[in-house]
Amino acid sequence: MSADPRRVLEAVWRMEGARIVAAVAKATGDVVLAEDVAQEAIVEALGSWREHGVPDNPGAWLTAVAKRRAVDAWRRRSALDERHRAMAHDLSELAEDAWEPIDDDVLRLVFTACHPALSRESQVALTLRVVGGLTTVEIARMLLVPVPTVQARITRAKKTLQAAKVPFETPDPAEWPARLQTVLSVVYLIFTEGYAATSGDRWVRADLADEALRLGRMLAGLMPREADACALLAVMELQASRFGARTDAGGQPVLLADQDRARWDRAQIERGRAALARADAVGRGRGAYALQAAIAEQHATAPTFAETDWEEIVVLYEALGRIAPSPVVDLNHAVAVSMSVGPGTALTMVDRLVAKGALRGSHLIPSVRGELLAQLGRAEEARAELLAAAALTGNEREAAVLRAKAAAVGG
Amino acid sequence: MAKYMLIMRNSGSVENYEDMDFEAIINAMGAYNESMMKAGVLLGGDGLTDAAQGSVVEFTGEAPIVTDGPYGEVHELFNGFWTIQVGSQEEAVEWAKKAPLGPGNKIEVRRMTDESDFADYADNEYIQKEKGWREELGTE
Repeated sequence: MSADPRRVLEAVWRMEGARIVAAVAKATGDVVLAEDVAQEAIVEALGSWREHGVPDNPGAWLTAVAKRRAVDAWRRRSALDERHRAMAHDLSELAEDAWEPIDDDVLRLVFTACHPALSRESQVALTLRVVGGLTTVEIARMLLVPVPTVQARITRAKKTLQAAKVPFETPDPAEWPARLQTVLSVVYLIFTEGYAATSGDRWVRADLADEALRLGRMLAGLMPREADACALLAVMELQASRFGARTDAGGQPVLLADQDRARWDRAQIERGRAALARADAVGRGRGAYALQAAIAEQHATAPTFAETDWEEIVVLYEALGRIAPSPVVDLNHAVAVSMSVGPGTALTMVDRLVAKGALRGSHLIPSVRGELLAQLGRAEEARAELLAAAALTGNEREAAVLRAKAAAVGG
Repeated sequence: MAKYMLIMRNSGSVENYEDMDFEAIINAMGAYNESMMKAGVLLGGDGLTDAAQGSVVEFTGEAPIVTDGPYGEVHELFNGFWTIQVGSQEEAVEWAKKAPLGPGNKIEVRRMTDESDFADYADNEYIQKEKGWREELGTE
């Protein structure tokens, strides 16, 4: 085992970065300062560990140094107010504390990174940074945006948090459900971007999905009694279990019907089902994540595409459409109906969506319409729709699949 | 991320535990497992029962020889394992270092193979078949 300090530092930061920032934020009451001084501690660690070796408890070492840097930062400011003076004193006294970060602190950090004062883009960047422990460069690579853009988002997020004087705390019980939904939706957003990239030349961004999965497992571990946290984890585990089968050796997407089910990760499916069972056990009925997980479970447990229980999936989509109405849910509902009832009924449902002007500009409607028209033998219309869909998608791999489908429609 | 197995070994037998409070051991292990679960890295794990109850299948070049325990001559016994999913060997090692184990124990940290390890043999008949077997047996 090589003890290259840089690699140990990376590993420790990934494992404990969130807890280090959270512990410092708790001591200083300031998440932004905590994040800054934690970064300073990392820089200092590199030099020190190379010279003196890796300390026995690297997390405690980094936290102690970060706290010292926080005190230094206060001292540098010309007007050191009374409150900071008192905290600086306490921090100096406590610098040699035992390393016992509390999980609640990490939860506070998650809620702060997802504060409603921040834009969704900033919430995602800040969550990946302070909770996921990723560097700006890694986040930029994952989100496929330039490094300066990520830096600007994080800087802006920090300024917003300071301007809004956001305290480092978990929200009031009254605010908890709404804030938790924001937190979960940020994690799910990171996951879905990894599951089917909206741009770029790769179909599955496993790195991004992996990070969301890690955050999801962490949230479910921190909040085992929150049904939605467990249900979100269930959706992600079940969807991710198909990653291995979703692309072929050449990186081309393989659609659900054609996937080699032997390549689905059975252990991951079982973890997903267990998480859904935990969500159900809370006993408040299934929410939107649980319904999506239940749909994914139906696919995961069907022995073949043809033997899928499409009636059950139709019912689950109906329930989902009532709880969380969205044109995407309606479209998926139509696809399930095409499998259980037939393409004609499904086409009527899709046309109703078109009439409402739903999902205009997205490739989703023309790709489903094209598929249904092809099944109904309306070849000319089908080709036109599939080519229109190919022109609308930002993902090159997906466009190639749609063009191939258009070419394959018999005439 | 990749999956790693942390394999728990010890040099002797349960003797190491005789003077220890069993409940304290359970609590320490439980807290360790909980910390890995809350960090989102734990996938599973199990302890193994007494080696004396086990069997060893030995390969000598002829037909395999099966013997019963205990195995005084075996210096390192496996006591249990964890499977975790983390970003690197270093991260897996850092987790192993946190395990509440006393002197005489060892943890071996091994990355589990995944499809990428067999990418050059993706067309191999048995690689293909094995995926089906695993599915049937539900062992994956």
